[in-house]
Amino acid sequence: MLKAWLQRITLADIVVWAIGLAIFIGVIWGSVVTLSIGKYSTATWINLSIAGLALGGIYALIALGYTLVYGILRMINFAHGEVFMSGPFTATFVATGLVNLGIWNRYPVLSLLIVVIVAATISTLIAVMLERIAYRPLRAAPRLVPLITAIGASFFLQYTFRGLYGSGLKSYPDMKILQGFWTIGDVRVFKTQAAAIVGALVMMLILYGIVQWTKTGKAMRAVSEDKETAALMGIDVDRVITTTFAVGGASAGVAGILFLLLFPVAHFFMGFIPGLKAFTAAVLGGIGNVPGAFLGAMVLGMIESLGPNLFLDGLGIPAVNQLKDAIAFTILVFILIVRPTGILGEQMAQAKA
Amino acid sequence: MLKPTTNWKQTVQLGLITGAVTLLISLVGMIETFGKRDIISGIISMGHILLLAPFLFSGFIAARKVETKKPTPLLATGAVIGLLGGAVLALLLALGHVINVRALFINASPMLYRMIAFGLDTPLGIISPILGGMIMSSLGAALLLLRERIRKTIINTLVWVIMIGLLRDLITTVISRWGPVAYAIKWIFAPRGLAPIGAIALIVLIGGLTYWREGRAALPKPTASPERKKQTQALTLVGTALILLLTPLILGIFFSEILDNVGLYILMGLGLNIVVGFAGLLDLGYVAFFAIGAYTIGVLTSPERGFFNLTFWEALPFAVGMAVLAGVILGLPVLKMRGDYLAIVTLGFGEIIRLLALSDWLRPYLGGSTGIQLIARPKIGPWELTTQTHLYYLILLGMGIAAFITWRLKDSRLGRAWMALREDEDVAQAMGINLVATKLLAFATGAFFGGLSGAIFASKLTATYPHSFNLLVSINALCLIIVGGMGSIPGVFVGALALMGSPDLLREFAEFRYLVYGALLVGMMLMRPEGLWPEARRRLELHEAEELSSVVSPAD
Amino acid sequence: MNKRLFVLLSLLVIASMVLAACGKAPYECTDALGCVDVAPGEPIHIAYALVISGADETLGIDSRNGIEIAIDEKGQVLGHDILLTGEDDGCSAEGGQASGTKLAADPSIVAVIGTSCSSAARVAVPLLSQAGFVIISPSNTAIDLTLAGNPNNHPGYLRTAHSDSIQGAAAAQFAWETLQVKNAATIHDGSLYAEQLAGQFVKSFQEYGGTITAQEAVDPNQTDFKSVLTSIAATGPELIYYPIFIKAGSLITRQAKEVAGLEETHLMGADGMFSPDVVEGAGEAVEGLMVSSPDFTVFGPDYAAKFVPAYETKYGTTPLSIFHAHAYDATMMVFAAIESVAVQDADGTLHIPRQALRDAMFATKDFKGLTGNLTCSATGDCADPHIAVYVYHVGEYPPEKIWP
Repeated sequence: MLKAWLQRITLADIVVWAIGLAIFIGVIWGSVVTLSIGKYSTATWINLSIAGLALGGIYALIALGYTLVYGILRMINFAHGEVFMSGPFTATFVATGLVNLGIWNRYPVLSLLIVVIVAATISTLIAVMLERIAYRPLRAAPRLVPLITAIGASFFLQYTFRGLYGSGLKSYPDMKILQGFWTIGDVRVFKTQAAAIVGALVMMLILYGIVQWTKTGKAMRAVSEDKETAALMGIDVDRVITTTFAVGGASAGVAGILFLLLFPVAHFFMGFIPGLKAFTAAVLGGIGNVPGAFLGAMVLGMIESLGPNLFLDGLGIPAVNQLKDAIAFTILVFILIVRPTGILGEQMAQAKA
Repeated sequence: MLKPTTNWKQTVQLGLITGAVTLLISLVGMIETFGKRDIISGIISMGHILLLAPFLFSGFIAARKVETKKPTPLLATGAVIGLLGGAVLALLLALGHVINVRALFINASPMLYRMIAFGLDTPLGIISPILGGMIMSSLGAALLLLRERIRKTIINTLVWVIMIGLLRDLITTVISRWGPVAYAIKWIFAPRGLAPIGAIALIVLIGGLTYWREGRAALPKPTASPERKKQTQALTLVGTALILLLTPLILGIFFSEILDNVGLYILMGLGLNIVVGFAGLLDLGYVAFFAIGAYTIGVLTSPERGFFNLTFWEALPFAVGMAVLAGVILGLPVLKMRGDYLAIVTLGFGEIIRLLALSDWLRPYLGGSTGIQLIARPKIGPWELTTQTHLYYLILLGMGIAAFITWRLKDSRLGRAWMALREDEDVAQAMGINLVATKLLAFATGAFFGGLSGAIFASKLTATYPHSFNLLVSINALCLIIVGGMGSIPGVFVGALALMGSPDLLREFAEFRYLVYGALLVGMMLMRPEGLWPEARRRLELHEAEELSSVVSPAD
Repeated sequence: MNKRLFVLLSLLVIASMVLAACGKAPYECTDALGCVDVAPGEPIHIAYALVISGADETLGIDSRNGIEIAIDEKGQVLGHDILLTGEDDGCSAEGGQASGTKLAADPSIVAVIGTSCSSAARVAVPLLSQAGFVIISPSNTAIDLTLAGNPNNHPGYLRTAHSDSIQGAAAAQFAWETLQVKNAATIHDGSLYAEQLAGQFVKSFQEYGGTITAQEAVDPNQTDFKSVLTSIAATGPELIYYPIFIKAGSLITRQAKEVAGLEETHLMGADGMFSPDVVEGAGEAVEGLMVSSPDFTVFGPDYAAKFVPAYETKYGTTPLSIFHAHAYDATMMVFAAIESVAVQDADGTLHIPRQALRDAMFATKDFKGLTGNLTCSATGDCADPHIAVYVYHVGEYPPEKIWP
């Protein structure tokens, strides 16, 4: 058996494993050196991890939109980042209006609810329109064609919102009850971070519930398995697809508000980078897989938050934080070398991709 | 009132869509910005045309769906469209009068209101978009009442006059090089847009020409003999070659600049076409090879860095070699990955390269954000290729070689292996194709052209900055090969001209460049999913797919 | 068809040649670089090359707004309208080359306001300079562009923005002498502007004898800067100097207050963060944030009283970025120079000699602009070199001047 296995190994395999090993050793070596220098305290690492989790939660909600759509249509909805931007950007104006009316800090829960609903509604609307106009007519086209319309739609939406709301920054107002932090020892937990983590978890559970236990969810899964058969079983495929986009849009809208709680500056370009990151997270976890998206997002959030300081700081590389994304992508390569279909990717995804 | 010949529901829908579209282009600021740009000096601006054209167009579209060709239902359809569409704009005006719309929509400025109201004051102004819309839509509908020859003449004339007015700056810049001819044409233009007299002259000239041509087109064409056909083919080839060689000399340096940029993208497109179009490996990080080519030239030739001080030609093989090496290094870990896993890893690779070029860590070698300057330009004998026109010929040569190589590769054993890979990896492997070698060769060949393009790019700018190598370049390259027609070599040329050339012609509207670019990508793909110049095999496949889907579609 | 067209064309050629011969102007141009002739009723052509699309667009659009306000306010120059056309410099070298090439091909252009970014300038300026234009940038701050003898310094190039070397050095002086901090950390965002400012600060601060504890860099598109701040906090600086732009700047300001160990650290930015958006974006964390900037008290009173209201009415927003006033001044300087050198015929035809115009620009002295009293140096630095330091308070804009 060992012999057969040895025979199947090619030079290419060896090189690939060598690359993987090099990344692995680099990461471990860097971490060990950094930790042994002891520049940072344990509390610092925990603080950074909490920031990473909060960021990861937001990525997870966006990644969900990618993963659901991918599961059903096998396409990268490149414009999903713009769906994420549209709702919260609009909601920022509503929030400012609420501040001016004096409602914002007097009825914080109500205000948050209003803002979340506005953001989710707009994002959903944009997502559904996107599907209707840019993707539906192309369902029979080669795989890359919808990718190009998605890229086009991404540009179009970015610059439409730039035209509508201007290219300046809009700041999202602070809420009194969400300011400040709790301390546990030397660890600081910011209320906004807690809100983001809890919000993302709750949203994630709701969405997982929808996909797993409702009739619509069942239909979604059926369509993602086999469109033709699902249609024969009496499932309205178009409607299921629209619902999928709507669910993805709504979660992106909520994610946007959580994002603004942490980073309260809205502008027309705010969706692109988180969108890209969430897409990366979805792939990292195994695209098409809902728990995978969650896991991938959390891993990515942690890598981004801890990576530069943990892996590279000890190696004496200057300005490590500039390389944050480079680290994240390198780790992505490593994980995909070990598991070519992502952390939780199914074998089936390989057959279909 | 209800006439069976008109589908009123559709008409109402179209009218509201027209309103929504004009509202959108108003609120994103296009109307106002374009309003500063006259098409016919002092008479009509591009903003007005942009405001009115949707009405004309949808009036025409709606009327085409009406089954009779009687004037009354046609005009009524048009009027309804105009009424509804205009009403949407009127609503904006009314709203803007009552509350401050600008608190939300930054472009809802008094200037915009004035343009929508055609300069009239409030009570009359609110009605004016409705009236204007109704007139335009009815005119659009009325076009159908005309004979085809006249209709085509009118449409053609309008389009050409608007285009010439729009490209005024470019045209005057070009013709100012032509000495006496410049004097002959100058009077057509005013400082902003066309002079009224010029516009009239153009309308008469273009209108007359089209009318005449349409008349001739109606006559039956003599069928060409195969010999004749061959002759014309040869003639076209020679003509194309001449045009390619002479264009920059006639049109001046700015066109050389545009053509250079298009040419660099064509080079990249030809390379990426091998990876994506032939072998079906989705690469979103193609810019990496472009960057590696550029930076290698920079490091090797720039005296500012002072490492090697090679000449361009000495450094070129290294630049291309580095790119190929990077292609193989990228190719190895992604061998097992498929589809979108591949896409994100390649995207990451592109970003890693850019971030490394920008980093403080490698600044001693790559310059950080200061980049590398004083990069050598290519020298041929005693001549240094300094201007964009000189470089154009270098790029043309590179393009020719690249096109020849890809064309020869396409039907070679390797090319067929790539295409087998694209269609089905497992079957290809079962047929005895060496997946590893085939994939790596695809990445390496693709990287080769990317590196070459980057090398010329760096020496054209004589500088290289990390900011030039962002994700957008990869996306542009991908878009142009898909829009041109995936896997098609002429498609790369057409796609690059359409996507990279046209925005450069309209640089002064750069603010709306990406907005229009995005809309254009969506529109082109919806109308021609197979691309502008599709590969023959692809076209067949797509139609097959359409037939299949038409069988399936009643079910869903 | 060809025959008819040919006849028509030749008739037109002859007719226009005759016309041209009759209308020959008596003015004779003796300028080394030639003259621009503006016929009566025709506008004077000014162009801009600024970044108006993409990620850095607010920088360029803001400057363009400044130019447009200057044109609105001026109305006419010597009885001629002003025509403004423009190009996108893309904030990149290739954008600079494309825009520079296109503008250089248009001989009717008198002056170019631009570029936005120094990387674009390095490629565009030689092209524009060769075409004989006056080039004046509202926002190039790279040191080499006005360094005599540097290959990136070209004739006809001026700027109303101040060189990074002045501001970086002033910030270091303030930190050392007034704040009396002994060690500091810097952050840049990978832009030429920030990298050079941070570099200059480090150089000057070390010359005073200070210690630089960390030189960090971030990606401006990021939003989470906790890790970079944590890593800086571990080195224990008394001051963090981050001369970057509004978005990342306000987020860093906010997050710095949240990182353990940085509560008492002084925070300082540069004029890239002199904006009301910082007050909004940083919220309560803005209290105590310092920024170095041109001294606005030497700004004419017109800035707050006239310019800003005009901007807000015209564009429906507070100024988007920082170099609008510099662009306004640049435009006004061009107008003043044209007025001083142009020769007007009796029929209103204007002749603008190019070299004389350049000389007039370089000879600008005590020009009362929004950004101070501008005097151009022989290499083209026109900015009033008074750098001041301001401190922000919650909800207040403009910030309070504390130095000198």
